[in-house]
Formats: sequence, C-alpha cells, structure tokens
Amino acid sequence: MSEVQQALLSDDAKAKIDVWLAKYPADRRQSAIIPALHIAQEEHHGWLPENVIEAVADYVGIPHIAAFEVATFYSMYDLKPVGKHKIGVCTSISCMLRGSDELADHIKQRLDIDWDGTSSDGKFTLQEVECLGACRHAPAVLFDKAYLENVTPEDIDKIIAGEE
Amino acid sequence: MTDETIEIEIDGKSLSAQPGQMLIEVADANDIRIPRFCYHKKLTVAANCRMCLVEVEKSPKPLPACATPVAPGMVVQTHSAKALDAQKSVMEFLLINHPLDCPICDQGGQCELQDVAMGYGKDVSRYTERKRVVADKDIGPLIATEMTRCIHCTRCVRFGEEVAGLRELGATGRGEFTEIGTYISHSIKSELSGNVIDLCPVGALTAKPSRFTSRPWELEQMPTIAPHDCVGSNMYLHTRRQEVMRAAPRENEALNETWLSDRDRFSYEGIHSKERLLTPRIKRNGKWVDVDWQTALNVAKIGLEKIIASHTAEKVGALISPSATTEEMYLLQKLLRSLDCHNVDHRLRQADFSGQGLAPNFYGTPIRFKELSTLDSILLVGSHLQYEQPIVNLKVRKASLAGGKVMALNPIDYDFNYPLHAKVIAKPFDMLNNLIAIAKVLAQGSSQGLPGTVAAANVEVNDNIRAIAAQLKASNSSALILGAIAFNHPQFNAMYELAELISDMSGSQLVCLPEGANSAGAWLAGAIPHREAVSLDIKKPGLDAKRMMEAKLKAYITFGIEPELDCANPSIVKRALDEADFNVVVTAFSSDSIDAFADVQLPLATFAETSGSYVNAEGGWQTFKGTVKPKGEARPGWKILRVLGNLFDVEGFAYTTSIEVQHELRKQLETLQIKNRQERRFNMDTPHIEGLQRISTWPIYRGDSLVRHAESLQQTTTNDPAAVAMNSKLAAELYLKDGGEAVVKQQYSEVRLPVRIDERVPDGCAYIPGGYSETAALGECFGKIDIERS
Repeated sequence: MSEVQQALLSDDAKAKIDVWLAKYPADRRQSAIIPALHIAQEEHHGWLPENVIEAVADYVGIPHIAAFEVATFYSMYDLKPVGKHKIGVCTSISCMLRGSDELADHIKQRLDIDWDGTSSDGKFTLQEVECLGACRHAPAVLFDKAYLENVTPEDIDKIIAGEE
Repeated sequence: MTDETIEIEIDGKSLSAQPGQMLIEVADANDIRIPRFCYHKKLTVAANCRMCLVEVEKSPKPLPACATPVAPGMVVQTHSAKALDAQKSVMEFLLINHPLDCPICDQGGQCELQDVAMGYGKDVSRYTERKRVVADKDIGPLIATEMTRCIHCTRCVRFGEEVAGLRELGATGRGEFTEIGTYISHSIKSELSGNVIDLCPVGALTAKPSRFTSRPWELEQMPTIAPHDCVGSNMYLHTRRQEVMRAAPRENEALNETWLSDRDRFSYEGIHSKERLLTPRIKRNGKWVDVDWQTALNVAKIGLEKIIASHTAEKVGALISPSATTEEMYLLQKLLRSLDCHNVDHRLRQADFSGQGLAPNFYGTPIRFKELSTLDSILLVGSHLQYEQPIVNLKVRKASLAGGKVMALNPIDYDFNYPLHAKVIAKPFDMLNNLIAIAKVLAQGSSQGLPGTVAAANVEVNDNIRAIAAQLKASNSSALILGAIAFNHPQFNAMYELAELISDMSGSQLVCLPEGANSAGAWLAGAIPHREAVSLDIKKPGLDAKRMMEAKLKAYITFGIEPELDCANPSIVKRALDEADFNVVVTAFSSDSIDAFADVQLPLATFAETSGSYVNAEGGWQTFKGTVKPKGEARPGWKILRVLGNLFDVEGFAYTTSIEVQHELRKQLETLQIKNRQERRFNMDTPHIEGLQRISTWPIYRGDSLVRHAESLQQTTTNDPAAVAMNSKLAAELYLKDGGEAVVKQQYSEVRLPVRIDERVPDGCAYIPGGYSETAALGECFGKIDIERS
C-alpha cells in the first residue's frame, strides 16, 4: 500500500479495524470488511470515495474489487457525498400503510430535496430504506444511528430544528 | 478419496459414484446431459444459475445437480416432467433480461445460452416489459464486453479468484442492478485473462481481436501446439479459407488442462502482421530486390560458399530461435556440420556457457508439470514464473493453495499470485552468494561436506536464507525451479551447480524451465555448438551464441529471430552482423534492422504454417501439422533447409515430409546416452561490480518475433514498457523522477529512456527490459550501467 493510500485511513480508524480483524482467523481477514467499511465511512463524512474503499481493501488485505462488491451491495454504504445527517425513511409495506409516504413528502418539502438529495445547507440527506424491522411501531426512521419509531412530521420538524 | 463407491440411479440407469461427487459430475461422466451455465468442472460450485435443476426422489423440490452431493440409493430424473418444468422456468427467467438478438451477437452459433434455449426455451416471451440494459466496460484490448448479455453465472469472477489468482472482475450492485465488471475502469492485467472468453456461456465476454470476423460454422478447428513456452500447451487454431481467425485451448489434463495463456491465445495475430516477409529478397547494389526462391537460395548458397572457400567453414555461424521446430533445429545443424562448421546455437540470451560440456541431455524437469501442484515446497531461483511460464505457474499456485510453501530468490521482488513463504531479493551478482548461503545452512549438522570452494566462500546468512533452507529440508517433496533469469545470468553455471547441490542436500527436484518452446528439442537435435544430435560430444566444439558474435565471423545465418531484439547483447550482435561479409536471414518478419545487415532474406512460415514438433521441458514430443498455407511466398523452415542442403549437395537431404526428418532423429535418439549429474566445478568467483547493475528480462509479450508482432497483446498493460525502472531511493540519488528521462550508458553505447519508479527493484540496480528497439543499443542483460539525468 502506498503512503498516499495509507493516509486515507487514520491511525484511529486502523486501530478500530484491527479490533475487528482480531475477531477472525488470520486467513479470513475479508470477514472484517463490513465493519471496516463502516469505520472508514464514518471518518469520511458519511460516504466512501473510491480511493478510500481501495485503501480499506488494501488494509484488510483483499482485492479491491471484493471491497467494491460489498460496498455496492449494501445500501448502508454511500458512494456519493452526503449531508451531515442521514435521514432514512422506511417505505416498506407496514410503514407505507402507516404514512411513510406523507412523512417523506413532508421532509422533501421542508428541505426542498428529493430522495437521495442533500439539503442546500449540506446538513441532511434523505434516503429511502428497506424494512427496519420496526413494523409494529411504524412508520420508522433511521436518523444517523438513532432508531425512531411512530415518527410524525412534527417529530421530524423537531429533529431538523434541533440540528439547524 | 476412499475406495468405496455409492450406487445411484439417474434416468433409470444404475451408476456408481464416489462419495462427495456432485450429481452433475456423475451425470457428465456417464454422458447424461444436464443443462448448466454456472457450473464448470474446473471451478468451484456457485449454484446460482439454477439451470441444472433435477428431480430427486423424496425431495419435495427440484435440486441443483451441480450442488447436490450423491447419496446411497439416490434416484434422480433429469428429464422428468417436474425436472423439465423447473428447467424451462429457469430458462424463461434467464431470457427475461437477455437480449434475443443472436444474429448480431459474436457468440451466436457457439453460445451455451442459445443452445440451451433451443432445448428449453419457449418460442414466445411472456415478458413485455423493458429489458435491463447494462453499460459495456472497457477491460482492455483482448476482451470485448457486451454486459447486457451477461446472465451473472460468475464463471469469470470465480476464474479470476480461483485459477488466475488475480481477482479483477467482480459482481457489484445487488439484485437487478448486479453488474459484472472491474468497477473502477481498467485493463485486465492477468496473463490468463483470455480464458474468460471460453468460460462465458453467453456473448458478454468475447475475443476482441477476432470479434465479428467470422461465424463458428465457417471455421475449421485445427489441432496444434502453442509456440511460446516450454510447456507446449495444446490448442486449436480456428481457420477459415486458409486464414487463422482465432485460437482456443485443447484440453490436456497433464499440461494446460482446459486453459490457455493469453500469449498462446492471441499471438496468432502476428501471422497476419503487415511486417511479414512475403517474398524472398536479395540485396543488389545496396537495394532490396524481390526475387524467386531459386534465385534467392542460389545467392545464399554462393555467398556462403565464397566465405567458406576464402576463409573456412569455421567463419560461418548460425543462430536459431529456441522456438523453432525440432526438425528445423536438426536440419540446420546437419547442414552446417556437413560443411564442417559447428557454430550453431539456440541459446540466444545465455551469457555463461562454461558448464555446457557437463550439461544434461537437455534442461528440463525430472517430474511432470502436474506433479508440481502436489509439492510441499518450491523455491524459485531467478524466475518471474508467472510471466515466463504461465501454465507452470498455475501448477505452482495449486501447490500453494494446497498448503505448499513457495519461496523465491530473485533480483526483482516480483508479485506472484500466491504468497511467498520466504524471499531473498538480491542484486544479480549477489544471487550466487545467496545460493551458497542456503547450501551452507543446509550443510550444518549434516555429514555431507561442502565442496571446498563453496565452503570457503564468505557469505552472509540471514533469516530468510535460514527459512528457505529449513523449509526445503523439512519438506517431504520439494523442488527448485530455475527460470530465465538464472539461465541468462553471467554466472549460470555456478548457479546451476549450486542448485543441483541444494537439491541433493535437501532431497528436492531440480526443475529447469528455459525460454522458448523448444529448448529441449534444440539440445536433442544438436542445435548447440558442442554436441551433435543425440548428445554426441564434439571434440572441437564450435562457438556458442555469445562467442559467435564476439568473434566477428564472416557470415551469419539467423533463423526465425530478430537478432537485435532476441539476443543477450544486442550492441555486440549488431556490430558483428554489420561487419560480416554475408548474412542469410531466414525470417517470418522483415524490419529495418534486418534490412540493414542482411544480404538475403528468406521468408519463413510461422508455427501455424508449418508441420513439425516441439519437445517440452518434460521431454514430451508433440508433433503438429500445418494449419494454414504459408502467407505469400513464405515456406516452412524444414523445406528451406532441405533445399539449401540439396544445393550444397549434402547427402541425406532427400526428405519429402517433416515426419521423415523427425523419424531420422528419433531413430538416432534410441542410442541416446543419458547425461546427468556429472562432475561439478564449483567455480564460485563472483565478479565484483562497482556501481549500478542492470537487470534485464524479456517482458511477457516481447519474448519472440511472433508475439512481438501480435498487435493486441502489445496494447495490453501486462508488458513492462521500454523504460528504466528503479526504486525511489535510487531515483532520488540520481535526481530522477517518475516519467522523466534518463540517459543509460552501458559499455560503449547509450540510450535515452523514460524513468519508471518501481519499488520492487532492489537498491543499486535498474531494470531495463530487452526485446525493444529502444533498448537494443545496450549491452548484456546483467552488467554494470551508468544512469544520468538527461
């Protein structure tokens, strides 16, 4: 790995990845790629540039393409720049029946963005997510790492106001 | 695998199977056809296409035959209503997104999907929605992509990971958005990449050079032998109206299995090169004139005769390509020897001939190539095996995957597609000392005393040396592989003797893999100055390839080579050829440099246009027929030599076929005395080289004239470019930077070359490849050089 690429991962991130690598056998380092990509995403403003994915692959010791396969498979990795906060609205069936469409419309209007858009102040990105497993308290929203249930447009307003 | 067998029933037939076998393997072995896309016998099971669903008794649902292990008493139906229904449903799903435009697809007529759709598809699609469209990727000059056609069988992905050992293709995205590609656009670099063309069951990955040039039903499939490495991969050339259209592997489990290296697959393009010499030519008053064969051969004969008359036959020398056929080798040496001249050699890049008298019958391998994959440890000595012998490297990689330890002693820290257990990266002139060090470590605690000169050598022993020695000693089965760098090294003989010693001490096999397709054939046929055919020693040996050039002979015959690009010391070669009175050049390609020194040029047929045989490093003879007529007026080499023999009135040149030539040689070979493990000299003097050392090897697609004229291969990024490569430390010392220009001086010549930073090159060395006209003004492969900023 070249020095330039190494610099794409902080020592702190490498230390965190090492914790995960230690959990798997030495010849199964690829098992740590999912948490490793999360760690890298966190320190790169919530998204994964291509060279960062390559740096993670090099650090974990797997071919670049194997890391790209994982990064493109899971919707939890963002491959384009995102806002400071990600608002993930579940639109699967239970949430849809309980008003996720209205919720999403409200957010779109409030922030003047569409799905996958980022508000002009760079603070929020709206994402459509699949079932969050919270059907009995639908609609559900994933706000960064916070798991919100029974979400109303007013709840969203409060959160947005709190961050503004 | 145990001896016990399991009885199962497929389609009413009672069959026996081995435990652990999959249903599809048993079916295939018994000629029961089950449709499939993702399954391939040489790859792991993915079971993702579902085309091989079959009905198994007591299973509620159809099961994929490729991923269902046999069990005692299993009753399987491959064509029952339930099985057919499942197969047809899968086919319908696959055809939802696959374009139905076979007439405009390059795969049409040889397409597994097309074939299976004929059997299992419906004539009308129920799917009226838009089909998926996937953007094509540019993955280099060898493979064309039409990714909309991809059915995601992942054979290409698995091939890269499991066989080629270079995972470049992958399946990115998910569900309907899954795409096969490199993600970041780049050229595929694997030296075996072309195999994905055969593996792809649809028209997603096709051969770029032959794309849209022919239909499979127009082609004739002609068996032949690949002409570039000492394996002699079995392959087919597909021809149409006397034109080679493309190449494909011919299965040979002992050699290339189902694979073919890119070099063997795409070098046929050289046959069609614009630089092919199509007519005999002679130089008349300094100008080149096309003439008929009779005239040209007469001029050649008279010219040589004059030289022999006014000097002696000893003033004539002949160099032949190590990839020439055995018959050509045999006839060339027979012709020269009948004229009383022993100056004939095929070892164009060798620098040290001091031990040639003690050499074995030929340099090769005492074990089969396939046995390499079962070894516990392998030490590569002076070999970039992956690019020198791609198919042998596959076997070594198999050994590594099975837990074997591969180690290397090289002047460049090459990337291999397997991990190295231990490695020593040494300057060229330090390699011998490292071998001595390994021998010394092996001798510790052993009663076997070392030869005096070896024992006396003062060498450094480090942990890597100890690790290599320990691993070799601890292994039940091990081998040393001597590659091209060792063969071309100025201390080849000492290195070879040390390698023999280490093999003896550690109980290893010594595997020699020289360059060219027919080095073994050359030794047996007598294309060496010190032995006639069948290893008969000559009292007064002729000059070897190096001395022939240093001796400035009066006439040279070059056969199938471009001397400045193929020989070890191009500046000496150029001087010798320029100053000679008369040069006969038998060549498939013309070039400015040949025009400059030749007096007669005789157009030579390529491997596809001649019959003949190659002897691989295992000592196996592989005979092949011509697949197409030679281009223009070109003629097979054995015929050219036969006629020359007749013109010189030499007895025993009345051959009518190349097989007769072969029979004559093989008849003599029955009396071959085995030469092996004779005395060793152990001359361990290592010349002291002050300053920078040159490392030179021939890049993978620059090794012989045919591959150099294969355009698509030249466009790949697999070739090392004509540049001077050094590590950043040396570059900093010389005030050079990547992409800059440097003046490289060697002996009396100098060239300007772009600088390339490559950290794999050790301190105090620079890597400058051979095989390029840009570097052809330089001297020997390994030696002192000076580099300055331009």
